[in-house]
Amino acid sequence: MAEQGINHGRRRFLTATTAVVGGVGGVFAAVPFIKAWQPSARAQTAGAPVIADISKLEVGARVIKMWRGQPVWIIRRTSDVVEALSALDGRLKDAESDNLDQQPDYARNETRSRKPDIAVMVGICTHLGCSPTFVPEMLPQAFDSEWKGGFYCPCHNSRFDMAGRVYKNVPAPDNLRIPPYFFIDDNTILIGLDADPKAA
Amino acid sequence: MSTNIINRVIGSANDWMQERAPGLSQWWDRHAAKYYAPKNFNFWYFFGSLALLMFVNQILTGIWLTMNFKPSAAEAFDSVEYIMRDVEWGWLIRYMHSTGASAFFIVVYLHMFRGLIYGSYQKPRELVWTLGVVIFLALMAEAFFGYVLPWGQMSYWGAQVITSLFSAVPVIGPDLVEFIRGDYLISDVTLNRFFALHVIAVPFVLAGLIYLHLMALHEVGSNNPDGVDIKKVKDKATGIPKDGIAFHPYYTVKDLFGTSFFLMIFAFIIFFEPSVGGWFLEHDNFSPANSMVTPQHIKPVWYFTPYYAMLRAIPDKLLGVIVMGAATLIFFAVPWLDRSKVKSIRYRGPITKIMLTLFVISFCVLGWLGAQSGSDTQKLVAQVLTFFYFAFFFTMPIWTAVDKTKPVPERVTFDH
Repeated sequence: MAEQGINHGRRRFLTATTAVVGGVGGVFAAVPFIKAWQPSARAQTAGAPVIADISKLEVGARVIKMWRGQPVWIIRRTSDVVEALSALDGRLKDAESDNLDQQPDYARNETRSRKPDIAVMVGICTHLGCSPTFVPEMLPQAFDSEWKGGFYCPCHNSRFDMAGRVYKNVPAPDNLRIPPYFFIDDNTILIGLDADPKAA
Repeated sequence: MSTNIINRVIGSANDWMQERAPGLSQWWDRHAAKYYAPKNFNFWYFFGSLALLMFVNQILTGIWLTMNFKPSAAEAFDSVEYIMRDVEWGWLIRYMHSTGASAFFIVVYLHMFRGLIYGSYQKPRELVWTLGVVIFLALMAEAFFGYVLPWGQMSYWGAQVITSLFSAVPVIGPDLVEFIRGDYLISDVTLNRFFALHVIAVPFVLAGLIYLHLMALHEVGSNNPDGVDIKKVKDKATGIPKDGIAFHPYYTVKDLFGTSFFLMIFAFIIFFEPSVGGWFLEHDNFSPANSMVTPQHIKPVWYFTPYYAMLRAIPDKLLGVIVMGAATLIFFAVPWLDRSKVKSIRYRGPITKIMLTLFVISFCVLGWLGAQSGSDTQKLVAQVLTFFYFAFFFTMPIWTAVDKTKPVPERVTFDH
């Protein structure tokens, strides 16, 4: 009785279309739930650029600015340190800064900076996010007898040179990240943008 | 006279329920009063019920903790201290929860070890085992989210390290990390969502999985230390396995005994040494989270250290993450890697016994290494042990097949 007068084609069509439309609807309905995990407007505002005054930064010294909750190091490197950088190339994983994600184009050079003496980098180890220790002295260290100054991560023994380039045979895969930055004037750096949007 | 009235009230209430929910007493029979489990369960069979006990403990104390905990970066650390100092009995509830987390992992690891030695994952119990592995993974997620909440230094930097693991994913890695954190760094947003996951999402999933784990077990019946199928020998008149006894009251009472013994140790830790020398509660977590200062020595809580040691032993980031993930996921494959004809270690040869012993030793030593600072020697040992850890699984089809076996008896062995 029940089998009589049943249009199976129509039943299949209705089942299939209901499933497809329902599925598409389900995907759309999932969007807000996934998007809600992205940084909120407040988090984005808190991630706005910061300005650093380096007029009082002495040669060889470092200041730390907070940008997006991360420590950004600004170092006025000594000329000895800058000259020693190229000699290290053979001991580094990515001496030529070939990984383009780790620095803007203008920092893809030997010193990984806009100006050779001023280094700006995110002080977060590219391994698992610890903040490496600043070891600027060009003296033999327990972890490296030919140390030319740089950064040593106490978490998992990763090492970086004074341009933030990572050594070979350490867990960190990449050079330290160089944030976008530009010089407003000789003593003022803006961290977070590549160039002054008003100038463009 | 009065007992008659009470009996009549209970009887009619029972009838009232029977008419409206006739499945209820059937359910009770199926899973307790007429669930026939092998009569030869030993010490190792306490840990399933103890894991359930710890789940209940975590839910109960967790609900009470949420009554005073503030899931915000500004208030979280202070609210935990408030619970510890100012809330009446707050210290006890919090220590029950923190000790409960470690105790949960202890009983779960012992429960898994029981499965390994008695071949409880073998056909037809593959589903029981794989559901158990999913529970194990969910439990690790739950423990990680929970560890972030007190917002101490180790909470913060542990979250930093664990979320950074996802940056090793090719192409989408950095965006994925930002998505998980909900910010450019571990922040208030991250803490708040981890709270939601720890308190609502994962516990729900865990409860569902535990139910499925038990239901899957009751479909096929429990294994036992002899690995004998008790359903092969049934009483002709009743159809009940001759070596089976009803779960209730026999095993409920046995588990109650185990529970009371376990709770003595549990209470001793809570009252006298809740941090267990920095193993259950790490010293660095007694200072508030500071995004600008990394602790000298970051390490997870003990139950993650075997895997953490493997992560550190591999000098490549992506490969390290893959090895660490594979080390937990490989448990899924165990039912299909074991080619032995017998289940229990009692009827297996020396190779199985040696391999299992070495596996337990390497797991424990890795656990110790993962908590150390990681010198070159330690790294080398960790690499060797990581290699053995995987070799244990990958060569399992060979050594389980070639190992000698003893004849398995028809009935379970049981000494009075």
